[in-house]
Amino acid sequence: MKNHQEKIRNSLKKRHARERRFRLYGLLSVSVSILFLLLLLTDIVSKGLPAFTETRIKLDITLDPQQLGLGDHPDRDALFHANYSRLITETLKKMFPDAKTRKQRRDLKQLVSKSAAYDLRDAVLANPSLLGTTQSFWFLAKDDVDQYMKGRIDRTLPESQRRLKDYQLAWIDRLLAENRLEKRFNKTFFTASDSREPEQAGIRGAFVGSVLTLLVTLALSFPIGVLAAIYLEEFAPQNNRWVDLIEVNINNLAAVPSIVFGLLGLAVFIGFFGVPRSAPLAGGLVLTLMTLPTIIITSRAVIKAVPQSIREAALALGASKTQVAFGHVLPLALPGILTGTIIGMAQALGETAPLLLIGMVAFVADVPHGIFDPSTALPVQIFLWADSPERAFVERTSAAIIVLLTFLIAMNGLAVFMRKKYEKKW
Amino acid sequence: MTTEALPNTDPSAESAALQQARENNRAALDVTVDKTVGQPFVENPKISTRHVHVFYGDKPAIKDISLDIGRNQVLAMIGPSGCGKSTFLRCLNRMNDTIPTCRVEGDFRLDGEDIYAPGQDPVLLRSRVGMVFQKPNPFPKSIYDNVAYGVRLHGLAKNRAELDEIVEKSLRRAGLFDEVKDDLHKPGTGLSGGQQQRLCIARTIAIDPEVILMDEPTSALDPIATALIEELMIELSENYTIAIVTHSMQQAARVSNRTAYFHMGKLVEVNDTDRIFTTPQHPLTENYITGRFG
Ligand SMILES: Nc1ncnc2c1ncn2[C@@H]1O[C@H](COP(=O)(O)OP(=O)(O)OP(=O)(O)O)[C@@H](O)[C@H]1O
Ligand SMILES: [Mg+2]
Repeated sequence: MKNHQEKIRNSLKKRHARERRFRLYGLLSVSVSILFLLLLLTDIVSKGLPAFTETRIKLDITLDPQQLGLGDHPDRDALFHANYSRLITETLKKMFPDAKTRKQRRDLKQLVSKSAAYDLRDAVLANPSLLGTTQSFWFLAKDDVDQYMKGRIDRTLPESQRRLKDYQLAWIDRLLAENRLEKRFNKTFFTASDSREPEQAGIRGAFVGSVLTLLVTLALSFPIGVLAAIYLEEFAPQNNRWVDLIEVNINNLAAVPSIVFGLLGLAVFIGFFGVPRSAPLAGGLVLTLMTLPTIIITSRAVIKAVPQSIREAALALGASKTQVAFGHVLPLALPGILTGTIIGMAQALGETAPLLLIGMVAFVADVPHGIFDPSTALPVQIFLWADSPERAFVERTSAAIIVLLTFLIAMNGLAVFMRKKYEKKW
Repeated sequence: MTTEALPNTDPSAESAALQQARENNRAALDVTVDKTVGQPFVENPKISTRHVHVFYGDKPAIKDISLDIGRNQVLAMIGPSGCGKSTFLRCLNRMNDTIPTCRVEGDFRLDGEDIYAPGQDPVLLRSRVGMVFQKPNPFPKSIYDNVAYGVRLHGLAKNRAELDEIVEKSLRRAGLFDEVKDDLHKPGTGLSGGQQQRLCIARTIAIDPEVILMDEPTSALDPIATALIEELMIELSENYTIAIVTHSMQQAARVSNRTAYFHMGKLVEVNDTDRIFTTPQHPLTENYITGRFG
């Protein structure tokens, strides 16, 4: 007896040591993953944060009707088509008479964004009585000026290696001295769609495209997936060869690379059924194919976990199979099913490859108004911007990633919330 | 250690007793069960079964059982674990239909009507033959909704007032009303085990079945809750026909009119409860009720 106790005591020492070691390993792996996550986040945030501010330039513009080429009583149409960009150029020339050569004059125009002319036009259209007066406008600055303001252009470098020449820097210095340059919150990024000009580019179109695509995906994959799971778990004959075959196939589908779904979507939905290319409908259909296996597999697991005793209780009271499935099993499984669905949706949100194949990679400067309009999606927009040479697109890429991640975190948070809120104990 | 813990027991005497028991068992197992002894049939039965065979896959679980359950009587089914009591009970409301591998053969009649006939609807049958399970299984709903579930399902109450009345009456008959009357809208799963089981009984009698099947309804309960439910069974047998599976001989003796002893898928002996417990006819039955087997 004593011998036994001694043995146990000795082995206990070893067991405790092993436990401590294991805990250490666990802690280590958690730390490593947190480290990687932090690295990723700090990189993205530090790159992306500047994109949330933009630079604006204040110009005092005399809205001379003559210079705009307008008559005495111009109608709306004339106001719309007047040459506002020349007015801006003239104002700049007057401010900086030192711009002599043709190249310098062209660069002078490059201080403000092309959107300035539209802003001016919209102001005049909204209030024609401005004509003949002198007004101050805060126009969007060109991306190079913006980059300089954010410290991304090093003026100590030799002139040939910078995006801005010495004389351009001198203009910027003068504007700064006159308090005509200001950094503001970048509303454009959230209200505009994609643009060739980085300072005018925003994620609104991609965001709306993603939301529409996800709505299509949800509307299709949730009912189909849940009904399929209920059928397979509650109604399908057990140990049947066909059911086994279906099960194997669903599991296989979950592992098929997404690009294959893209090809399938291109051939079937667009090629055969004539769904419009680049449309959220096409994207949603393809992503439905991808998320269905996820939803079916998680839903089946959750449905399986509903205690058999609940089914028996209802059956013994004279409930039919359908009443048991929809009155007892589904409500109990719903929180888990919703969690699975949201995780599937989150996957779909980040999916890029299949969308590239069905043409959601096209340059779309409009916000889509429906599921038939051409559109892009957030991850595709990130892909597009990451591929652009302009520096200003680098920070926009990271900013778009931040928006995407926020969206994802919100969705996953919703999943956790739903699980906590509706989880039932039995 | 064991011998030290029981200082009064003489080890040699015990092993002798054990040996005797083993021999008895071996002798008992050699006795073949060809025919049920006692009186498996009654006049004007509520349920009658003939030549019942049940298989799980290829494995037989019930072998040629014929048995009647008398009207407004309590039939107790006893026997060692795995002998097929639950399987037989579940045949009576076709709960075995839900087990894909289970195959049921034989003739089952409720009031002379074949319950396995092709046109028979198991849903209707289960509203006539209610069941209470071994493990209390209230729905994760309020106490009220638990009892009201079946009533709503079958549309038995015309309006809310009538439903309230049925719920209250059922809870009263199950002896639970006074304990829960202020908490009717709290979850049924929050009750104690014994209360949950009485809730399940209330739920079953709320739809007013003709027969109630109970599979070890008190096996998870303390003596007080058990006594309450036993009282309830005796009371219910005035209006209902009850079949109960139990491992407690005392319970069988207390509540039942007739007792059936099952052994390895066969029905060994059926008789009036007093006769089974005083003068068992089959050696297997005797071994079991005297505690030498099972
Ligand atoms: N779902 C099932 N699938 C396969 N075999 C089963 C199933 N249910 C029961 N059996 C088998 O049928 C036989 C009888 O089981 P049953 O549950 O009827 O016994 P029981 O008398 O109720 O036992 P206990 O007193 O332990 O509840 C056992 O051998 C058991 O292994
Ligand atoms: Mg049993």
